[in-house]
Parts: sequence; structure tokens; C-alpha cells
Amino acid sequence: MFGRTFSLMLEIKNLRKTYGDLVAVDDVSFTLEQGQLIGLLGPNGAGKTTTVSMIAGLVTPDRGEVRIGGVMLKGDTDPIKRKIGLVPQDLALYDELCPTDNLRFFGALYGMSGTPLSAAIKDVLDLVGLADRARDAVKNFSGGMKRRLNLAAGLLHDPDIILLDEPTVGVDPQSRNAIFDNLELLKSRGKALLYTTHYMEEVERMADRIVVIDHGKVIANDTLAGLHSQAPAKPGERPSLEAVFLTLTGRSLRD
Amino acid sequence: MAFIALRAMVKKDLQLFFSDRKAVIMSFAVPIAIASFFGAVFGGVSNAGEPTRIPIMVADQDKGVISTSIVTTISADKALRVALTTPDSVRDAVRNGRVSVGVVIPAGFGDAAGLSFFNGQSKPELELLYDPSRNAELGMVRGMLMGDVIQAVSKEVFTGSRGGVLAEQSMQQLDASDMPADQKQRLRDVLAATRNLEQGNAKNGTSVSAPGMTTPYTVKEIAATANPNAGYNGYAHSFGGMGIQFLLMAAIDLGIGILLERQRGLWKRLRSAPVSRAALMGGKALSGTLISLMTLLVSFTFAIVVFKVRIHGSILGFLGIAGATALMASTFGLLVASVGRTPNTARRAAIFATLMMVMLGGAWIPSFIFPSWLQEATKVVPVRWAVNGLDDMTWRGVGFSGAVAPIVILLGFAALFCGIAVWRFRWEE
Ligand SMILES: Nc1ncnc2c1ncn2[C@@H]1O[C@H](COP(=O)(O)OP(=O)(O)O)[C@@H](O)[C@H]1O
Ligand SMILES: [Mg+2]
Repeated sequence: MFGRTFSLMLEIKNLRKTYGDLVAVDDVSFTLEQGQLIGLLGPNGAGKTTTVSMIAGLVTPDRGEVRIGGVMLKGDTDPIKRKIGLVPQDLALYDELCPTDNLRFFGALYGMSGTPLSAAIKDVLDLVGLADRARDAVKNFSGGMKRRLNLAAGLLHDPDIILLDEPTVGVDPQSRNAIFDNLELLKSRGKALLYTTHYMEEVERMADRIVVIDHGKVIANDTLAGLHSQAPAKPGERPSLEAVFLTLTGRSLRD
Repeated sequence: MAFIALRAMVKKDLQLFFSDRKAVIMSFAVPIAIASFFGAVFGGVSNAGEPTRIPIMVADQDKGVISTSIVTTISADKALRVALTTPDSVRDAVRNGRVSVGVVIPAGFGDAAGLSFFNGQSKPELELLYDPSRNAELGMVRGMLMGDVIQAVSKEVFTGSRGGVLAEQSMQQLDASDMPADQKQRLRDVLAATRNLEQGNAKNGTSVSAPGMTTPYTVKEIAATANPNAGYNGYAHSFGGMGIQFLLMAAIDLGIGILLERQRGLWKRLRSAPVSRAALMGGKALSGTLISLMTLLVSFTFAIVVFKVRIHGSILGFLGIAGATALMASTFGLLVASVGRTPNTARRAAIFATLMMVMLGGAWIPSFIFPSWLQEATKVVPVRWAVNGLDDMTWRGVGFSGAVAPIVILLGFAALFCGIAVWRFRWEE
């Protein structure tokens, strides 16, 4: 019991965010533990990015709270932010610079410099398999390589919680598998991962728990097996999340 | 820690700036080219403080003693640059606008002028051709010619070789006239004295180097600048004015760049790090300032080397004003980013604002040409302080104390712009 309390990394309670009349996120709550990967699954516009942005302190919620390691964020310069690594949906890279210079810059934002920074850069580039391209301009990279560098930038300061917002969009199957391997490794190192996607198969493969979100609302929060039990497979068919989503919302995820 | 982040932000922006070689060259070369053009138009370099000479063309059809003397006198005039040619080429040159004024001395002009000097009759005509688009020069040349011609004619009449002959002729005309006898006698005495003076000179082999009749005063023209060695240099003004214009144009790009980065989600990524919004804005302001200062100093170095622009005032003051101007410009870029919603609307509004500021600030036309109410009114325009400050430190030769007000005011504008930017920038979009 104590162990579980200790390993609670992220706690989200009743988050809500509106833009004018639009309720982007509506009463979202879930928790994330050490060594756990939660899949935040939902169609485009469901409120995934807005939720991630509120967790990272980029968007102020109208209501609700975010606790990181038990405490709430206070201000832009709160050192607690160091516990979070954001891998944004939109590539946050400077195309004109090489991976090393990109990472030097992002590392410095977390106060890193000198030898520790160089060592960290080498580690993350090795991890994502870009060590041999460390000095090439990012603008010449493929989509998959950029995604991997985007991931590396989020891991550089060794955060405990990693927020991955659709990290495999526009990626070739090879890079995608490489990213999945990276995430498995991070999980085994005890990192807590929140992984947003609109791809069923990604959460089926990796997630310990799946939070299904639609129109800003959490419509399911369960393990894969638990979700499957909500929409029992017809005889002779594999249980599928697609069917679960259809059951929960009355429509297809690919709408 | 904030320092490490700030340093990295500045370094990154400088890397990005220099990564585009073509853009770098353009951002240095274009202001230099345009400032060179405006400098040449607005007076260029004054030679050791001398006003520029007006070029005129002269044709002497008379070729007599007096007309030659007239040509010599006007050629020596410091305000004129005289070229001798034929009447036809004088007319051509004026018609084509190559010179604004041309003078044709017709045959017999000298003697006729000498005679009319005594009797006031049958004044000969000097042909003055002018370009109607340049009336100001016509007025100046007319004034100068009057003095020069009177000097040349009177000198010849009283002391030159033609004086005696003309006096003799005038006496004969006098005898033939129906003037009352006593008046006739008095005039004869004057003319005889003139003739005797000339004949006496010829006999003794001496010559009286009397200068002839001249305008009874000379003008000492002193270009009034604070430093006696300073002189107006059109390039000093144009490199300041155009330099500032291009700083503001670059600042618009800085602001648009911020909006584009926000659209791309880069700013959110930066804000996920423990860095304050003020530091993020400050980093942009600082890198923008460094780049601006660099372009300003490079173009002034060019002006110093090529166009002999000199900082006759305080070098420290010059650097202070240049730095404050660069900071004002880059914070203007932040302002653009903070009031603009989309890059396109921001660009339109910012270009308009920049053109107004540059125009009212005297970057195109120096503000001392403005009517006085406009000179007062435009003090609310930061560019005014920047342009005048740089003018003061360069060709006007004002000391450091003259730099304090512009620096303080420009820093004030920078603080205002920066404050509005941090306050109004829509961070969450
Ligand atoms: N800054 C914003 N202003 C207005 N509407 C927004 C803004 N950000 C997101 N939204 C809207 O909120 C909803 C949720 O968006 P988002 O969180 O990006 O969804 P997802 O990441 O799941 O695709 C969408 O309808 C989107 O259009
Ligand atoms: Mg999204």
C-alpha cells in the first residue's frame, strides 16, 4: 500500500478548459504511477493536447488541479517543472540547427551546461539512434528522424514524467518501432509515461491503462482487458478497442 | 540558472541568424546601399566645411578685356564651378538639365557695359539661361553674377587698359549732348580724371592694383556645428536614418518570427521548461538588440571608411545611442508580436507603424526641415531621438552630455514596449 502511494507521480483532478462556448476538456481526472504507461486515446479534437498542456503548465485550467509528485505547480519558474518532459505533438525543433545545437539549447532551458549537458546529449542521441547524425542540419532529416529528435529533447533533463503527445505522427514503421522500444526502456527505468494517440493499436500494444476521451470527457479508464470486457467480442472475433469505442460513444473512432 | 537559459536563447538566435548566409548579407548590404544613395542625394560630403559649388556654364562671345575679366572673376567665385564653352553647348546643357544655370556674354558686352557705367544708357544684356525646375539656384547665381560683373567692369573702367578709352568716348558723347553747361563741365572733370589716371599709369609703367568696385562686404560662411572640426556629411544622416529604418524592418521580422514560432508550438515547448516569460521575451529582446547593433555598427563602419563619416562628438555617446536604438528596435519587434494575432495582420500594421515612425522621426528628411510645430509634435516618436542623437554624435559633434537625453528616452521606450509585450502577448495560443 505504501509503495503505491510513493509511486504516484501525477494526479489530475476534475480538469476543465473552455474556449468561448467550446468545452475542450470537461472534468478529466486520472492518475499516473512510476513505471506505468497510460494511453490517452481519443479522436482528433477530443481534448488530448489541451489536457497535456494543462499538465505541463502551458494552459491554465478553468477548474481542477494537477499535482506532480503530490504538489501543484506554482508559477513559470517552479523547479517542479523539471520533473516533466514534454514531447509535443508539433515538432519543437530548430530546422537550421543540428541535433547537438538543438539539444544544447533545450538543455540550457533546464539550467544544464558543460560536461553534464554534453554527456546527457550523447545519451539521448544514442537512445534514439541519431548519434551519427549529431552534426547534420535537422532540416535534412526525415519525418521519423525529427520525431526521434523531438523525443530526445524531451528526455534530455531526465524527467520522471514524460508527456508524449502523438509522438508517432507521420513516422515510418521503422522509426515507430524504434520509438516504442525507447518507451519500453524508459518504462523499465521507472519513468511515468502519458501517451496520447488516436491509433488503437498503439495503446493496445503499450498501455498499462487506457483513458478514453471524447469531446473533452473521459468515457472510460481501464486496463485493456477491462475495456474488452465492456464490449465482449463476437464469437470468432478478436476483441477490439474499435468495438469498445463504438459501444461507449455510439460512433466509430475514425470519424 | 536564468543566466544559462538566457545565454542559450541568445546564442540560439544568433546561430539561426547566421545560418542563413544570404539573409545575413542582405541585412547588411541593403541598408548600406540605400543609405549611400540617400547620402549622395542629401549633400554628400562637404569639403572641409565648404558649401558645395553650383556648377554653371559660361560662353564668352565678346572675348574683350572686360568680358575676360568677368570670366576670371566668376571663375574665382567659391560658390560657383565654372565651365567655359560655346553658346550652343550652354543652351544644350541647361535644356538637358546637366547644369541649372548658363551664362552667355554676347559680343560687345564689355565695352557697352563700361560705357553704360558712366552714362546709364543702353545697358547691354547678359543672357542667363536657367532650368525652370531649379529656381533656387537661379536666384543664387543671379546674385553672385551681379557682384562679380560689377567688380570686373568697374575694375576695368577705373584702372584697366580700357578705362581711358571708354572715358574718352564718354566725354565725346557728353560734348554732343544737350546737357546744361555747368553740369557738363563737372562730369567732364570726373571722366578726365579717370582718363588721366589710366594714362598716367601707362606712362609710368606702374599699375594701380585697385580691385575695382566690389560689393562693400564679404560673407564669412561658417557651418555652425558644435565641434569646429565637424562638418555636415549627408552620409552621416542617411546612414543613421536608413540604418534605423532597417532596424525597425528587421524588428518586424523578429516579431513575425515570434508569431510563427508560436503557431508552430515552439513557445509552448520553451515554456514547459522552468523559465519565466520575462526571460523568454528578454532573450528575444537581447538577441534582437545584438543583431541590430551589429548591423548598425557595420553600416556606420562602412560610412566611416568609404564616405569619411566621422564621430565628431562623443564615441561613448554614439555607442550608447546606437545600443539604446537597437534595444528600442528589438523591443518594438516584441510589441509587434504582442499586438498581432496572426503574422499577416501583424505585418500589415507594423509596416504602417514603422513607415510613420521613420517619416516623422526624420529618418528620410531631417527633422530640422520640419515646421516648428511638427518638430515639437514628433518628439513622441522614438525614431526622432535616435536619428537626432546619431546626427548629434556624428556630424554635429555634440559631446556626451548631449547623448544622455536620447539614451534615457530610447531606453524608456524600450521598457514601455517590452512591458506591453510581456503583458499583452498571448502565450497560450
Ligand atoms: N487555443 C485554442 N483556442 C480555441 N480552441 C482551441 C484551442 N486549443 C484547442 N482548441 C479546441 O479545443 C478542442 C480540443 O483540442 P485538442 O486538445 O487540441 O484536441 P486533440 O489534441 O485531442 O486533437 C478542439 O476542438 C480544438 O479546436
Ligand atoms: Mg492534439
